[in-house]
Amino acid sequence: MSGTFIGMPAFPRAARAAVHDATLRGNLRHATHTIRGKRAQAVAELADWQQLRDAGKQIKDHTLRHLDRYLEQLERSVTAAGGTVHWAADAEEANRIVAGLVKATGESEVVKVKSMATQETGLNEALAAEGIHAYETDLAELIVQLGDDRPSHILVPAIHRNRAEIRDIFRERMGRWGRAAPQDLTDEPADLAEAARLHLREKFLRAKVGISGANFMVAETGTLVVFESEGNGRMCLTLPETLISVVGIEKTIPTWRDLEVFLQTLPRSSTAERMNPYTSTWTGTTDGDGPRSFHLVLLDNGRTDALADDVGRQALRCIRCSACLNVCPVYERAGGHAYGSVYPGPIGAILTPQLRGTTSEIDASLPYASSLCGACYEVCPVAIDIPEVLVHLREKVASQGGHLWEKAAMKAAALAMDHPAAMAAGERIASRTRALHPKRPPGAGAWTDSRDLPDLPAEPFRDWWKKNRT
Amino acid sequence: MRVALFVTCVNDAVYPATGIATVKLLERLGVDVAFPAGQTCCGQPQYNTGYRRESEPLVRRMARVFAGYDHIVTPSGSCAAMIRDTYPRIARRAAAEGRGTELTEAAETLVPRVYELTEFLVDVLGVSDVGAYFPHTVTYHPSCHGLRLLGLGDRPRRLLAAVKGLDLRELPRAEECCGFGGTFALKNPDVSAAMGADKVRDATSTGADVLCGADNSCLMHIGGILHRQDAPMRALHIAEILLSTEAEPHP
Repeated sequence: MSGTFIGMPAFPRAARAAVHDATLRGNLRHATHTIRGKRAQAVAELADWQQLRDAGKQIKDHTLRHLDRYLEQLERSVTAAGGTVHWAADAEEANRIVAGLVKATGESEVVKVKSMATQETGLNEALAAEGIHAYETDLAELIVQLGDDRPSHILVPAIHRNRAEIRDIFRERMGRWGRAAPQDLTDEPADLAEAARLHLREKFLRAKVGISGANFMVAETGTLVVFESEGNGRMCLTLPETLISVVGIEKTIPTWRDLEVFLQTLPRSSTAERMNPYTSTWTGTTDGDGPRSFHLVLLDNGRTDALADDVGRQALRCIRCSACLNVCPVYERAGGHAYGSVYPGPIGAILTPQLRGTTSEIDASLPYASSLCGACYEVCPVAIDIPEVLVHLREKVASQGGHLWEKAAMKAAALAMDHPAAMAAGERIASRTRALHPKRPPGAGAWTDSRDLPDLPAEPFRDWWKKNRT
Repeated sequence: MRVALFVTCVNDAVYPATGIATVKLLERLGVDVAFPAGQTCCGQPQYNTGYRRESEPLVRRMARVFAGYDHIVTPSGSCAAMIRDTYPRIARRAAAEGRGTELTEAAETLVPRVYELTEFLVDVLGVSDVGAYFPHTVTYHPSCHGLRLLGLGDRPRRLLAAVKGLDLRELPRAEECCGFGGTFALKNPDVSAAMGADKVRDATSTGADVLCGADNSCLMHIGGILHRQDAPMRALHIAEILLSTEAEPHP
């Protein structure tokens, strides 16, 4: 994955800053609670939601099981339709391919459709190093790019910003990148949208190269599909002469027919809409219509490693709806940046350590960034059992050394618990010495910063039982 | 009907009053309760922290200790969920790793016999009015594992609604996690405390004097914050409310 986020502190430290940032917490709380309520309503409208959820899961599982076959079919279909397929084993290779393709056009500017895959590879930074300017055209991505910021949500990258902050960013920064925002710009949504529209229109009309990701790739026809809400993506997909799409290999589905399920579950899960506002599909090239050359870069970047893990591979079912982020109590307090990855929230906590491995401090801390409350699993439209994968990844982290003190503690506890007499003796000692236990013991650390420990009882239950019931 | 109490390690050591209330309540309802002394812990702390292999001996111990009882009742939704939802997963992994079917058998003997207390009262004994009296305003926090893994539904609230003198207040955003999460509270203390503070704010907004739950680990976390804040509310396990009567009210 991209080096963009390397150097982020481990999750608990990064989260601490967010927890104590009142504006950020207010922004996140407001946004996630609004969308969460709407999603619940949109989902409740469908009597067959559980069947749709199961169908989505089955389609994805089937495709992943036979991914080699479907990817080859996809390559044949794309090629037959006039496109060119490139295979990228990692982020660096994907970026090199894209940079080469852009340079071959002689252009030094590209417009981009919002794409998680190119965020993951750090494409914008890689292109910049080659002297190529990549302009984000999704409104929220534009806000993030103008603000020299990082996205903090999969679907709403600027969720951590309120409209006053956005107005300031537009006023200060837009002029540097293209058409400037009016200096008397207000923070009314309509005014902000108009400023963005005028700024972006100039870019759309000038661009000769467009770069996108895709939500789905249909193997039988070689068709790529993008779901979006603004129509800006469609401008990038149709106006330029060259279109380059960078897509993770797990986005493959076998047939057009399979789209039917996701056309229902994705919009309802992500934006709480019954139908997606703009669904664009493109297949190779067509004379006199749309881009004259089309390139598909198929990205692995750790996905085959995840595929090889029989518990973890279910994360590859993810359709990036971000419903799990919007219900997650940890994400709501910690914010997206704390996850140190383009994939934040519960899905990021299981996807990122699988794509990047668990050797870095941040990646080893991600599987623990959850209270295992299960709200994410409950809303997931493809039924990814996120708590199960979190615990599975914790096992990996623990087996590579874990967090120092805990391995010994866990082993000691398990040993004592397998010897009831030892456990009972421990309880008894704790009870008898209870007058000596301070309410805020030193070393209990953060626990006692905001919570008191309970008083220990005069005798454990098993002693009461012995006295009163035997 | 041979019924065994699985008191859980947290209740045994820290909240014996909950265990005692469970025993006395079941006895009042005509159940003969046994307490197999060989019981210890379900293994959830180990499993959820990533030490699955360390939890395996505890699966075997649980199966051995509770063999021969028709029902195993526990006043902890989280520990009941550990057995019902997680033991089969532990067994599947052990089998997949070539360590045979011993754990599968252990899980299979336990899973259908394990009941969280409110489930046992409503589903097995068929009562929702247990003859309790508790003249307080109460709000109920449905802990995540009881809510999602066990599907306790409205059972606890039906039991509370039938308690004489009890004024039940709806808890806003009840389904949100309180932020305990076992070792989560230690590993991510700031997020955990922030979640707990929000839960306490929602609970106190109801004006209730008691926050009731069916899991003492969550109540330890929420109660610890209430205590620190000197809030006019205390956390109490549902078993202790259901035991309370006019003749012998809860202290």
